[in-house]
Amino acid sequence: MSELTSYRDALRAAHREALQRDPRVFVMGEDIGAYGGSYAVTKGLLEEFGPTRIRDTPLSELGFVGAGIGAALGGLRPIVEIMTVNFSLLALDQLVNTAAALRHMSGGQFNVPLVVRMATGAGRQLAAQHSHSLEGWYAHVPGLRVLAPATIEDARGMLWPALEDPDPVILFEHAQLYNAEGPPVPATAVDIDHARVRRPGRDLTLITYGGMLPRTLAAAGELARDGIEAEVIDLRVLRPLDDATLCESVRRTHRALVVDEEWRSGSLAAEISARIQEQAFYDLDAPVQRLCAAEVPIPYARHLEEAALPQAATIVAAARAMLGTGGT
Amino acid sequence: MIELPLPSLGADMEKGTLLEWRVHPGDAVAKGDIVAVVDTTKAALDVESWQSGTVHELLLEPGQTVPVGTPMLTLLDPGEVAPPARSRPEAAAPQAPPTPAGIPVATAPSPATVGGAAGRATRHPVSPAARRRAAELGIDPAGLHGTGPSGAVTLKDVEASVAPPAPAADRTAAIRAAVAAAMARSKREVPHYYLTDDVPLGRATQWLQRTNLDRPIKERLLPAALYVRAVACAAVNHPAMNGLLVAGEFRPSTTVNVGMAISLRGGGVVAPAIRAAESKSLVEVMQALSDLVGRARAGRLRRNELADPTITITNLGDNSVTAVHGVIYMPQVAMIGFGTVRERPWVVDGKLVAMPVITTTLAADHRVSDGHAGARFMAEVAARLQRPEEL
Repeated sequence: MSELTSYRDALRAAHREALQRDPRVFVMGEDIGAYGGSYAVTKGLLEEFGPTRIRDTPLSELGFVGAGIGAALGGLRPIVEIMTVNFSLLALDQLVNTAAALRHMSGGQFNVPLVVRMATGAGRQLAAQHSHSLEGWYAHVPGLRVLAPATIEDARGMLWPALEDPDPVILFEHAQLYNAEGPPVPATAVDIDHARVRRPGRDLTLITYGGMLPRTLAAAGELARDGIEAEVIDLRVLRPLDDATLCESVRRTHRALVVDEEWRSGSLAAEISARIQEQAFYDLDAPVQRLCAAEVPIPYARHLEEAALPQAATIVAAARAMLGTGGT
Repeated sequence: MIELPLPSLGADMEKGTLLEWRVHPGDAVAKGDIVAVVDTTKAALDVESWQSGTVHELLLEPGQTVPVGTPMLTLLDPGEVAPPARSRPEAAAPQAPPTPAGIPVATAPSPATVGGAAGRATRHPVSPAARRRAAELGIDPAGLHGTGPSGAVTLKDVEASVAPPAPAADRTAAIRAAVAAAMARSKREVPHYYLTDDVPLGRATQWLQRTNLDRPIKERLLPAALYVRAVACAAVNHPAMNGLLVAGEFRPSTTVNVGMAISLRGGGVVAPAIRAAESKSLVEVMQALSDLVGRARAGRLRRNELADPTITITNLGDNSVTAVHGVIYMPQVAMIGFGTVRERPWVVDGKLVAMPVITTTLAADHRVSDGHAGARFMAEVAARLQRPEEL
């Protein structure tokens, strides 16, 4: 029997593969070298690839993301790690005003083949400045491709196609997924265009991504015990959104519940529910519903943090409410 | 607590004026009892309760004119304790089910947000999918019992209303009721016009006899297959006969799904479709016909087969009647009737001969077509029956 592998190990394997395959690839970020990365994704890479290709940076997101953009323009293929999405706000100017805009503003003369990885999400008692889910802000911006690997397969397979993309790509790694374990996955690239059905069903569609996928699947399992067959869709790609897969599912199930760890106001969940009603309104048998984080800065205390986030039990309750008294 | 909204008593009814109450608070009401008399633009009509219960509160005053869907009165379920009386619909806004903390579960818009503050005007919640299905089936979803969130009528509620999952013992009664409802509505709403034609079937009869000589008994072609093909091929050239009239708009169909009225043992009639009959061969139509008759009588039709037809044929040729004037099955717009083939005196080339003749009829919806268009359609049906080898 082969041993289990983890989401973190899969990410590290993807980095090693990229560093071995393409001499233009290098990694930089805060504490990614000597310390091995705040989530230990890059542990051991400094020893293997040396300080030229595994570079610790000063604590300036604005500075080192800008340096990454410059390196990409200069012909390299940088992978820039930012500790959390909260800290990435310091680099918003570089990401939004430069990386995302340069191809357009140069009339197509300059593209920015940059990959930025960052942790996102709550659930580890790291309090409000390390726990937010702001993926939707990046998914708002034309010029960026935004990915959210939620499985070990995607953690292993998304990095290489992201590096091959001629434009900036942002990968969101949910902090609760790093320790997730599963059977080893093949060392192959995955597509970075489409959402995927992770569990087929006929009664309603649960749409989610990232750290909410495992608990949404758990909720679907719980619902199945009552004879409710929920289809679970993993968005995987937050920009551009794969409307076709979502709407195809909703046309079959007639009900959609979006589970999103972001705050509800102005969230990706809002965008998804708008698209569903634009494209599949007449197929809906109930209003599209959203289950999001409570609109508070994510609390530190464990019970408050849990109460602020969608949980399997609340997903089950929301799904049941959508089915009314008619059952399935 | 059950809310009875003002039902639509006709496809074009948008509002009604309460003339009188027939019940008082505290009265026991059974499903089907008359609760009020309402004046529509056409006539004063009785409003029935679609639920049983005890009258709790009358929400309208006689003389008040309100849109369809406005709550008229509330009923208490048997054993239900009366909640405090209310005077504004806000008080009855559906409460969100209790959910764990921090979980915002949206509900359907409450009557207060939909109807505005001006009055009790509200829309009986019907899901978009249910509304579309109801339109396809030609039924009004407003009066259906909803089982969805906030009591919304769902797809399942609509489908259950047309094909109740009744046990075998009740099936005959359920079908009778469904036929009664559909036919009464059609006669109420559809301005039928009727055309009649006598069609000689000498060539068709001879052709069938010759063809069937070579065929095993089970594969013999019946005249009904010729009728289906003749109607289907003619309908391709007369789109005003073939399609659905939904929400005041006629949608011609690109295929001709011919519904075949099939009488059931024990009473009642269903009209499942032979799909795309215009592009099927005569043999395929015959097979489809045998299959449908068998399954219809065994009660094993699929629901979409019943909703699919775009035009319907009724054939009473086995019953020795001369002609049948059909009742259009809404939202279709035409029904073609075939009577019994009989030898009749017939003039051919100036000579009197004994000729097998059938009387065909057309019942068509005058909102979509006129007699002239219907006559041309029937002429083509007759002409095609003269060339059976091409069918």
